Amino acid sequence: MWQALYEELKGHGFVVIAVALDSREGDPLAWIEAAAPSYPCLIDRDHRLADLYHMVNVPQAVWIDERGTIVRPTEPAGAYEGFRRMDRMTREMPADAARLTAEAKTTYLNAIRDWVRRGQASDHALDAERARARAPRPTEDVARAHVFFRLGQHLIRHGQPEEGDRWLAEASRLHPDSWAIWRQRAGVTELGLAAQPDFWARVDALGERRYYAPVDMKGMP
Amino acid sequence: MAILMTETTETVLPDGRVEGERLWLFPVELEGATGWSSRPEGLCRGSICVPIPPGREGEFLRGELIDAAALWRHLGQPLVHSADGGAWVLGTAAADRVAALRTLEAPDFSLPDRTGRQHSLSEHRGKKVLLVSWASW
Repeated sequence: MWQALYEELKGHGFVVIAVALDSREGDPLAWIEAAAPSYPCLIDRDHRLADLYHMVNVPQAVWIDERGTIVRPTEPAGAYEGFRRMDRMTREMPADAARLTAEAKTTYLNAIRDWVRRGQASDHALDAERARARAPRPTEDVARAHVFFRLGQHLIRHGQPEEGDRWLAEASRLHPDSWAIWRQRAGVTELGLAAQPDFWARVDALGERRYYAPVDMKGMP
Repeated sequence: MAILMTETTETVLPDGRVEGERLWLFPVELEGATGWSSRPEGLCRGSICVPIPPGREGEFLRGELIDAAALWRHLGQPLVHSADGGAWVLGTAAADRVAALRTLEAPDFSLPDRTGRQHSLSEHRGKKVLLVSWASW
């Protein structure tokens, strides 16, 4: 998704830094090899960026300007709820959900283009007051969750998988909004897609709540 | 042997440093792992000093050694250790994260790419950066 955008905008002082919130050995490597992107693709086994930037899912993005200032705090990066209406057997999406999914992606990419072209003059680059209003506010339970996650991952990598998994479970209990923690702990199919029933059950349990938090951006569904 | 993990460091400690909820470090180890050091004013990091409560020195100090876990609890920062005490994580309080994010200064970090080469955010100062998460799950 980002390679084409990067190629288009890299000559205008823009870079994508993609970070895999991925702990399993080998998992992100295979996907990176397949995509062969030319921007930095980093591997964050301990989900450090989830802790630093309060990321709870993928894809989420932060916009950072030339001075290292956050002009858009952590938000879903052009992702949309449409997948929830997918047929779980055929994986087909209703036409309107597919359209909205595409619209969300296009809207987000166009917003980035506008920012790269116009800088702080872009409507999408938030001034300090608006950026601060959207800055995430992790709770102490979330802070503990990140500590438990780190410990759990360490134990899993060092021959104590049962205790490690107990810490991951506790981390998920403390930080239920984090799909990154939950999905890291849950299994995946060979395709690398969390298509198993547990995932759908947890999604369904959201009810009216959003899987991807709404993004306040003109044109975003 | 015990391993101490912080946001940016991993330190291997020899046997005998863990006593239940206590984690004893020499000053150079504490400073290397956490940035905190022991001064006459108390325990300090950068321009912040936290005095050791009078009469409670024994909770924090034993000779040269400093109980990093006591310090962390005193600071209200989260910490955890494995059941056998062999692995410890000293974390960062939510209040600190919230305050840091409100400054709008993007926190720096250093992570490896698939070849193992380290990359930091600060390397890209001077460009517009889209920092984006993804995963194979």
